[in-house]
Amino acid sequence: MPDTYDVAVVGAGPAGLAAAVESAAAGLGVVLIDAAGQPGGQYWRHYDENHARPDDRRGHHGLRTFTRLRERLDVLIGAGRIRYLPGHQVWLITRGEGGEFTLRLTPTTSPATDGTDGLSRAETARALILCPGGYDRQLPVPGWDLPGVMAAGGAQALLKGHRTLAGRRAVVAGTGPFLLPVATGLARAGAGVAAVVEANGTLGWLRDPVGTMSVPGKGVEALQYAALMARHRVPYRRGTVIREILGEGRVEAVRIARVDRADGRLAGPEEEIAADLVALGWGFTPSLELPLMLGAQTRRDVDGSLVVVVDDLQRSTVGGVYVAGEATGVGGAALAVAEGRLSAVALAVALRRAPESSREAVTAVIRRLRGEIRRGRRFAAAMHRAYPVPVAWTRWLTGSTLVCRCEEVSYGDLVRACRDLGAQDARTLKMLARPGMGWCQGRVCGFATAEIAACLNRRETTAEDLRPLSTRSLAVPVTLGELAALADDAPGG
Amino acid sequence: MTADLVVVGAGVVGAACAYFASLAGLRVVVVERGALAGGTSSAGEGNLLVSDKEEGPELDLALYSQRIWREDLGPHAGLWEFESKGGLVVAASDEGLASLRELSVHQRRCGVEVRDVARDELRDHEPHLSPGLAGGAFYPQDAQVQPMLVVAHLLRLAREAGARVRTRTEVTGFLRDGDRVTGVRTTGGDIPAGAVLNAAGTWAGGVADLARVHVPVLPRRGFILVTEPLPARTIRHKVYAAEYVGDVASSDAALQTSPVVEGTGAGTILIGSSRERVGFDRTVSAKAVGTLAAKAIALFPMLREVRAMRTYLGFRPYCPDHLPVIGPDPRAPGLWHACGHEGAGIGLSAGTGRLIAQALAGDEPDLDLTPFAPDRFPVAEEALR
Ligand SMILES: Cc1cc2nc3c(=O)[nH]c(=O)nc-3n(C[C@H](O)[C@H](O)[C@H](O)COP(=O)(O)OP(=O)(O)OC[C@H]3O[C@@H](n4cnc5c(N)ncnc54)[C@H](O)[C@@H]3O)c2cc1C
Ligand SMILES: Cc1cc2nc3c(=O)[nH]c(=O)nc-3n(C[C@H](O)[C@H](O)[C@H](O)COP(=O)(O)OP(=O)(O)OC[C@H]3O[C@@H](n4cnc5c(N)ncnc54)[C@H](O)[C@@H]3O)c2cc1C
Repeated sequence: MPDTYDVAVVGAGPAGLAAAVESAAAGLGVVLIDAAGQPGGQYWRHYDENHARPDDRRGHHGLRTFTRLRERLDVLIGAGRIRYLPGHQVWLITRGEGGEFTLRLTPTTSPATDGTDGLSRAETARALILCPGGYDRQLPVPGWDLPGVMAAGGAQALLKGHRTLAGRRAVVAGTGPFLLPVATGLARAGAGVAAVVEANGTLGWLRDPVGTMSVPGKGVEALQYAALMARHRVPYRRGTVIREILGEGRVEAVRIARVDRADGRLAGPEEEIAADLVALGWGFTPSLELPLMLGAQTRRDVDGSLVVVVDDLQRSTVGGVYVAGEATGVGGAALAVAEGRLSAVALAVALRRAPESSREAVTAVIRRLRGEIRRGRRFAAAMHRAYPVPVAWTRWLTGSTLVCRCEEVSYGDLVRACRDLGAQDARTLKMLARPGMGWCQGRVCGFATAEIAACLNRRETTAEDLRPLSTRSLAVPVTLGELAALADDAPGG
Repeated sequence: MTADLVVVGAGVVGAACAYFASLAGLRVVVVERGALAGGTSSAGEGNLLVSDKEEGPELDLALYSQRIWREDLGPHAGLWEFESKGGLVVAASDEGLASLRELSVHQRRCGVEVRDVARDELRDHEPHLSPGLAGGAFYPQDAQVQPMLVVAHLLRLAREAGARVRTRTEVTGFLRDGDRVTGVRTTGGDIPAGAVLNAAGTWAGGVADLARVHVPVLPRRGFILVTEPLPARTIRHKVYAAEYVGDVASSDAALQTSPVVEGTGAGTILIGSSRERVGFDRTVSAKAVGTLAAKAIALFPMLREVRAMRTYLGFRPYCPDHLPVIGPDPRAPGLWHACGHEGAGIGLSAGTGRLIAQALAGDEPDLDLTPFAPDRFPVAEEALR
């Protein structure tokens, strides 16, 4: 392998796997870097492969696609055409004089177990395909800081990755179809699922003709989940939200109420449901630290998330930087795979590695992938419209509800910073009241803080509100010792 | 809308001037193109230092500002987390210590409190300091504030005294009557005013250009590292290496890094800051950030295993002679300046605001403003811009 790769692919979820495999197949020198220990990302975040059980497969749709990508990945790694670095997080990307990218990596596992020396390392590449995916979006609610409350994906990850049952009586709440696999997963693992509390209507996208038609498989998937829910007798509460999580020292119950979809008002009667596990999910927040670090343009998507602006070849506004998967807009695994493929094919063409002879074939592939992506986007948009974050959700907050758990900033603190001190946007709010300044650097409270800033100033949330809470100068915290090493090997600055 | 005074810029300097001018009875309008404290005042640290200044007009202004922070603004100190924690300057070598001692002799003469700290007393002040240091000096007057809270509260207090604050409004030109400045043109309409104060920080040169006068303010970039929270009082004072004073006064464009290490109320450690002249380049410099980390570890070896959560950067507004520009501009009557405070604008803002308010009201200011005169720059130096 050369010192400088043609392309560094960051993230080995559906998008990154597809991008890496397709790049290598086109003859590019590839390094694939992923924070997780195994390929698959959050969708195929699976059980430890060495201890697979037959029923593990049931939690994984599109497993055939994954298996195929996995096999190709193994072959390409074996042939020395992909350098795969699992267990490494990219924490900084800088650009050299010649335009090449230097990626700084830090191991996620302890040196004793991963066989490396546990130190930072650097890789350089001529181009980047960034596929960093996303994570569960959270909204604060009174009591969400109690032990026993976790992100829906967190509960799912525990199940899938570690086969740990996180609780015995669960409530899964928030909005969107991803609550269903979490609930059925918990049920199959033996937890009692007391309720799925869905803020919006029924399995809405089934009734959306455009959306369902564009991605037929999704309808089938949804019906399977519905059947599983019925089999496990999981009550599905529509148009309902958790308005408070109750408990002394840990979760004991949730209080739910109906929510008016039009104006976000809560209506009685309230009801209490006993629970020892609450899994919350309000859609997804794309991880944008790497694209933002490089200066890529971003916009606010249909679901309210900040996403990277890409053209119809997955190119960001920064030369040489392609972005695929959730970071360009939340839309599911199949779409992520198509985007990953397209970015690789487009890059190969740009680097003139696509064989002359097959130019027509390449054009056809690009056309097909674009069509797939267009349909996927349309489906995603329909889904986002069916499962919005309820308007005026901030009304459920009380003055003492924590918004930023790291820095213990309450909703009341934010109200005071806006009303008394004149914070008119999320950045100023962050400066004056410290939400997003703690350990997670706004990963958990960023979306909520942006919405609160806008709402308190009586206006729509904008990309400018989201950006300061999505930007992270270091993609992950690193020790000062690792930083100090930059002083020696940084070329010029 | 008309005003006695339009303040251009809602950074710490503009906020302090607006506050003191409002208290003096002027009708003030603050015009800010972005958000309050959206410029350099939210991109630095909040040290109020006397220790890093050599004898001269800047030290006089720093000492005067100390008095304003503690007396005039004393009743509000809690609002902006004022903390008089003291600064410890340490020298690695005997030569370094000798020049530190010499500096402190001059500083004492000007009214700075300094206590010599012997090699074996260093760790009584800071238990985690590296063992190999030669000695140091303790400056009890050094203090800190949270700059964004200073801006927000000073503007709130100014509003309570009648001032108006217009954010997201950019000054795009001046109203003139011959040479006289009689107000500003903004993206939100014209504002006639008796006087206009240019408090546009690093961008003050551009605002001066709009009035066709030259004020040579340039950006000097600085990075800061923020660590994960550590237990309270792990690092008790502001601690920095003696070379820092030399770097602050230097005019070299190349990268200089002499870390100032300090704890904050939130438990995080701030490590600032580098100095280099690279225009308004916002990309992270691996070299600057790496060197800061390396030098902080040299002072406090325990920091090696501590994690940095983030870095940030800002652009200090600096003038070629490293002094701020404060006072009326004889080239354009009605135009005033309060800008170019470089790496000390938070500390110097209090004194600057007070002096500007005195001069605007027609009183004799407590400090002679001649060293800060806007037209002091030789033409040759202006041509360098
Ligand atoms: C509970 C749950 C159920 C779901 N169910 C479905 C479903 O039924 N159908 C469907 O279509 N979709 C489903 N999804 C969504 C699906 O998981 C995503 O659409 C898909 O995984 C996105 O793929 P991606 O490649 O963009 O990102 P991801 O799968 O998130 O992969 C990103 C990878 O990048 C890595 N990474 C990020 N930053 C860095 C960095 N700085 N350095 C190194 N590595 C980094 C991450 O660790 C991760 O491994 C579900 C998601 C969840 C959480
Ligand atoms: C890394 C770093 C560390 C520092 N550490 C310290 C420290 O410890 N102690 C200390 O005292 N100082 C420190 N400083 C310096 C200090 O931050 C600055 O001196 C101070 O913030 C300058 O304040 P200001 O009000 O002049 O400028 P700013 O805060 O930049 O305010 C100027 C405002 O003018 C606005 N503006 C510009 N043009 C227009 C226009 N045309 N119309 C309307 N508005 C306009 C801008 O948007 C801006 O908000 C540090 C600086 C840096 C970069």
